[in-house]
Amino acid sequence: MTERSLNDVPKAVLAILAGALALQISLKMAHPVVPPAASDLRPPPSQSSLHLASLGDPIPLAKVLMLYLQSFDYQASNRISYQALNYDTVQQWLLRILWLDPRGQYPLLAASRLYAEVPNETKVRQMLEFVYEQFAGDPDRRWPWLAHAAAIAKHRLNDLPLAKRYAAAIQKHATGPDVPLWAKQMEIFILEDMNELETARIMIGGLLSSRTIRDPAEIRFLDQRLREIEARLTSQP
Amino acid sequence: MIPLHFIFTLAGTTLLEAARNRLFWLAAIAVGVALGLAQFLNQVAITESLEIQVALLAALLRVTAVFIVATFIITSMVREANDKVTELMLSQPAPRSSYFLGKFAGYALVAIILALAFALPLALFAPTAGLMAWAASLVCELLIVTSVSLFCVISLTQVLSAFAATAGFYFLSRSMAAMQVIAGASLTSEHTFADTAINWIVDAIALLLPSLDRMARTDWLVNAGPGMGETLGLLGQSAIYVVLIACAGLFDLHRKNY
Repeated sequence: MTERSLNDVPKAVLAILAGALALQISLKMAHPVVPPAASDLRPPPSQSSLHLASLGDPIPLAKVLMLYLQSFDYQASNRISYQALNYDTVQQWLLRILWLDPRGQYPLLAASRLYAEVPNETKVRQMLEFVYEQFAGDPDRRWPWLAHAAAIAKHRLNDLPLAKRYAAAIQKHATGPDVPLWAKQMEIFILEDMNELETARIMIGGLLSSRTIRDPAEIRFLDQRLREIEARLTSQP
Repeated sequence: MIPLHFIFTLAGTTLLEAARNRLFWLAAIAVGVALGLAQFLNQVAITESLEIQVALLAALLRVTAVFIVATFIITSMVREANDKVTELMLSQPAPRSSYFLGKFAGYALVAIILALAFALPLALFAPTAGLMAWAASLVCELLIVTSVSLFCVISLTQVLSAFAATAGFYFLSRSMAAMQVIAGASLTSEHTFADTAINWIVDAIALLLPSLDRMARTDWLVNAGPGMGETLGLLGQSAIYVVLIACAGLFDLHRKNY
């Protein structure tokens, strides 16, 4: 079936169409999307609701929820992201996501490398304890996050007993064949006389060489973190 | 005697109808959009980027395949009925079962082609063994949706009601396991009559539904694939359910007065 010519469309219709389109675009440009603020983070839905919503396949839902949680109070230009969040609520979300996908590592990476790296000691300790509690659920997979928690306890909180407690847990429970030797000797590693940058470089190097980290996005993220630590240390007197 | 020539001809024309309706172009566009969306979310992630891409792509493609198959079957059958083509076909010297089998065979071929086409992009990201199990399971899931869509449209004869019934069946089948768990997890040790009745009703409905939540699992693409026992169980479940619903559809078709 052939169509009629464009000239058969009334000029008024074309004009109103163009005008309405221009108005629509102007309206959207006048109200840009604002990333969700920390105060907008509500407690997560119940386990039953999430179980139903997953339609029998919880992993995609877990991934989407993790990206959704990450978007709160995060802006690339915001150097003090996340610290305005209610950490009890964040912890509830991370627990839900771990319940949906117990083998996923994203929640504990977020806990140890995002939410535990804020300039608020109470919140940092809360997240480190969360990582420590969840480590027990799957030590052979979750030890990298507790190792990072030990490094934060030593270098940021200057709490050597806490760092040793975390390191001892790794040494005692992470005994699988894929756990590298330096992790199995974590306590000794923690007691070494190194600054934060040296500790971070050795840990990340060890994770890379043992192929515990392979994701390109994660490697880029850790590289950025190393540079941030280096910049922070050189700016200190 | 089953007129095989009639069945094959019907199946062929159904496949031709799918091609002329640009269904396969639609599937290609859906794959492109799903790949783009998964890649977009992949950029935001700071770890597990491959797993996120695979998980979201698989979930999107699965739902899209189900939607395309159900919509195509229902609209095609309703249009045939409205254009009196159904009556013309049933007036041929062939039993009604042949008409049903011919249409089912054609729609099943479309479903199988779609399932394999949607599994193809996942080959870029997922391990082969898990992907093959996922693709086979998606074929089974789409065959179940095919038989249910055909049954609903024969029984209900209208696009909206048939589509609503098929969608309701699909979501209920996928969430039934979760509903049974929730129904059985009472917060108190004492069970009232209402608790028992609800449990019984949920369990009874579950008996009539296939375990779609065990099919096309993203688990197989990011972790390990299913064992042989699980795979055979799913194939058996699919075969039984397709035959069950096909017989229900045949029952309705034979009882209709055209």
